Amino acid sequence: MTNSIQEIKGTDAMFIIGSNTSENHPVIGAIMKQAKKAGAKMIVADPRRIEMAEYADVFLQLKPGTNIALLNGLMHVIIEKGLQADSYIDEKTENYEELKRLVKDYTPERVAEICGVDAQDIIDAATIYGEAGKAGIYYTMGITQHTTGTHAVMSISNLALLCGNVGIESAGVNPLRGQNNVQGACDMGGLPADLPGYQKVFKPEVLDKFQDSWGSKLSNKVGLTITEMFKAIEEDQVKFLYIMGENPMVSDPDTNHVRKILDHVDFMVVQDIFLTETAEMADVVLPAAAFAEKDGTFTNTERRIQRVRKAVEAPGEAKADWIILMDIMNRMGDETRYLNPAIIMEEIASLTPSYGGVTYKRLETESLQWPVPDQNHPGTKFLHKTAMARGRGLFMPVEHVESAEITSDEYPLILTTGRILYHYHTMTMTGREDGLNKLAPSSYVEINEASANKLGIENGDRVKIYSRRGELETTALVTDIIEEGVVFMPFHYTEGKANILTNSAIDEIAKIPELKVAAVRVEKA
Amino acid sequence: MNTVKLTINGKQYEIEKGTFVLKACSDIGIDIPTMCHDERLVPSGSCRLCQVEVEGWGKLHTACTTQVKEGMVIHTHSEKVVKARQDLLDMLISNHPLDCLTCESAGACKLQDLCYEYGITEGTYRWEMSKPYYDDTNPFYTFDASKCILCGLCVRVCDELQGTNAIGFENRGFETLVATPFGEGLENSTCVSCGNCVSVCPVGALEPRSKMKFRQWEIETTRTTCSYCGVGCQMDLKTKNNRVVGVEPAFDAHNEGLLCVKGKFSYNFLSHPDRLTMPLVRKDGVLVETTWDEAYNVITSKMKQTKEDFGSDSFAGLTSARCTNEDNYMFQKMFRSTLGTNNVDHCARL
Repeated sequence: MTNSIQEIKGTDAMFIIGSNTSENHPVIGAIMKQAKKAGAKMIVADPRRIEMAEYADVFLQLKPGTNIALLNGLMHVIIEKGLQADSYIDEKTENYEELKRLVKDYTPERVAEICGVDAQDIIDAATIYGEAGKAGIYYTMGITQHTTGTHAVMSISNLALLCGNVGIESAGVNPLRGQNNVQGACDMGGLPADLPGYQKVFKPEVLDKFQDSWGSKLSNKVGLTITEMFKAIEEDQVKFLYIMGENPMVSDPDTNHVRKILDHVDFMVVQDIFLTETAEMADVVLPAAAFAEKDGTFTNTERRIQRVRKAVEAPGEAKADWIILMDIMNRMGDETRYLNPAIIMEEIASLTPSYGGVTYKRLETESLQWPVPDQNHPGTKFLHKTAMARGRGLFMPVEHVESAEITSDEYPLILTTGRILYHYHTMTMTGREDGLNKLAPSSYVEINEASANKLGIENGDRVKIYSRRGELETTALVTDIIEEGVVFMPFHYTEGKANILTNSAIDEIAKIPELKVAAVRVEKA
Repeated sequence: MNTVKLTINGKQYEIEKGTFVLKACSDIGIDIPTMCHDERLVPSGSCRLCQVEVEGWGKLHTACTTQVKEGMVIHTHSEKVVKARQDLLDMLISNHPLDCLTCESAGACKLQDLCYEYGITEGTYRWEMSKPYYDDTNPFYTFDASKCILCGLCVRVCDELQGTNAIGFENRGFETLVATPFGEGLENSTCVSCGNCVSVCPVGALEPRSKMKFRQWEIETTRTTCSYCGVGCQMDLKTKNNRVVGVEPAFDAHNEGLLCVKGKFSYNFLSHPDRLTMPLVRKDGVLVETTWDEAYNVITSKMKQTKEDFGSDSFAGLTSARCTNEDNYMFQKMFRSTLGTNNVDHCARL
């Protein structure tokens, strides 16, 4: 998030797109509802009439895979009505003329046709966003898990820049991050091109700094992303796979393909708190301590670095992940011993400019949001206050392109996937909570009343779903919150696992798979 | 000036205009009892325990709903005030089961604490108690109306902060009850089991279900960060005998005392019998328990062999968006520094 969670309360308008906030980020959802009650306007765009839609001034029930068209349409209306922030555009951005030219063709009527929404709703939404003094955009995987995901994020940034909403309080571009420490894992260099703090592995001065500190020779070659790793395993380039706290057998697209790959890899280590579907396939499984059993820090979606504290002992011989990794490194010849995570944070701070002023001592009394460049810096509530990271905000106009997979006679429905309130990701934790299993016991597919009727399916019927990659059986949940032609499945469950069906086609820039759009056929089982 | 001058308990103060008396007193260190007040909510004045005497104003006034005014002379603990509070507590306890010996909230009950403070040992009002009503249809918490003091905190939190409006007041006067619409029970309501009502209940009316019995004074608390989504809510883990038995939200953090169903209630995985407790290695196709020493040896000899035979880029690692910053730092350091490859990624895209 460029901005902070509490700033939502001060916003004039919220634009929620591709985020089922009240189920996936419930506390942010609650704060958004508070802001709405206090008088802020709300626009919601989602293929399903999610709970937030009930609070919205304008709800756009768009067809999956049409985000960019909608965003371009909103910008078209804003410019047409003269609601853009002219002086902000002059002073702080570049490439505006190009954007203006591109969105000219995205008339409300044309966009309405592409997205399957009302033209007037597009005009109303654009007016709300354009007229608001401070407007925040909030999005999640509904924007990013498309082959055009990166372009959709650029479109969001275009819209925010157009109305001067970057660099001010209670506004901004706000991806709500799904995992407790996905922000931190990225910050810490859990990415193939980035050392901690997004310092590029191919920059000699960066490499020198880390080589000096670590006393080892480092590679300047950008590594492989998950999807590329899997391909490299198939091609026998990667032999040894080490997985810490992830369960790709459930979370990744095209499960049958993932299984083949994990079967094929020469040697696999899995470090986790349970024997997950992925761990079952490993050569060595290492028992890890859970969050309540170790010290450390997580960095949340608003870049806030927060302490994790040990409250209980880990079961049996399970160890904190950092200890396991340190033990292995020591046995491999790197002698460095860390007494505790506070010392690791000292090393992180010494090498990572945005974490430069972070210490466990400060975290006892202060709440810090990065960048925190030094000991005296109070942290950063919202980004780009004085200037954009690159100097000027660059408009990156992009055209709407169809999803990788479109419907056909054989696969006439669009399947979109997501999470639900009562479970978390691959259910290794929530699937072991009786109460949650009672509230959300098993896999299902949401299908529109009319679509169900045509297929002779009634609520509660067992149905079979087929895609080009696989098939599964699940239960039909007949509903009017989803439109004809679209079906939705939560991806959590092992039985009736949605990712058997999903498409592993990826966005060429970010390598994110198109989990939100797959063509499927539904039949009564 | 945007302040007013007033006298509280014989001392002069200058306080910002618009401040409520309760807040003004709390800021200067005067403790006024209340069971219905919550800084996050619109003041309701419903429990009336915060009543104070204002000279010349006639009847007593609730401090939570009265703003400071120029020249006010306030007494927070005068004889009249203390008597009024005693009467209120007497009324409440007269319609409240005296089952503190077995009540889960004993030790963390405001009614218990205030009766102690104001010397109320039993209720003197003799009449029929409210009709019993018990809702145990929610898997995470129960509601016992006989213990409810109708402070309204649960109803207001559900409405004003959570925005779910699953519960409200039913009936009037002595028959008043916190309930779901049409009395259909929590199970059939819009309740999302966030437990934010449970977190504010000052008595034992809303009780989390716990797998383990504990007394409130046996509990240790540890401030930490929730491990589910990226909101990073701050919370206190309640532990007894090396086991997490409950979770309370932090009020002094960005989540402002709110949690969701997963953060508040889904902690039993920690002590689940399925937890991995020993390293496992595959022998003859089957994963069998082993020692750390053997597991490390298998891994490091394979690492050395693979590095020698196929080079650094034949390693790939998935680090974890679920683990700490320090865990992640160590993981990428092992890959980059020890193994010599940048083949490190994680599920940021999933």
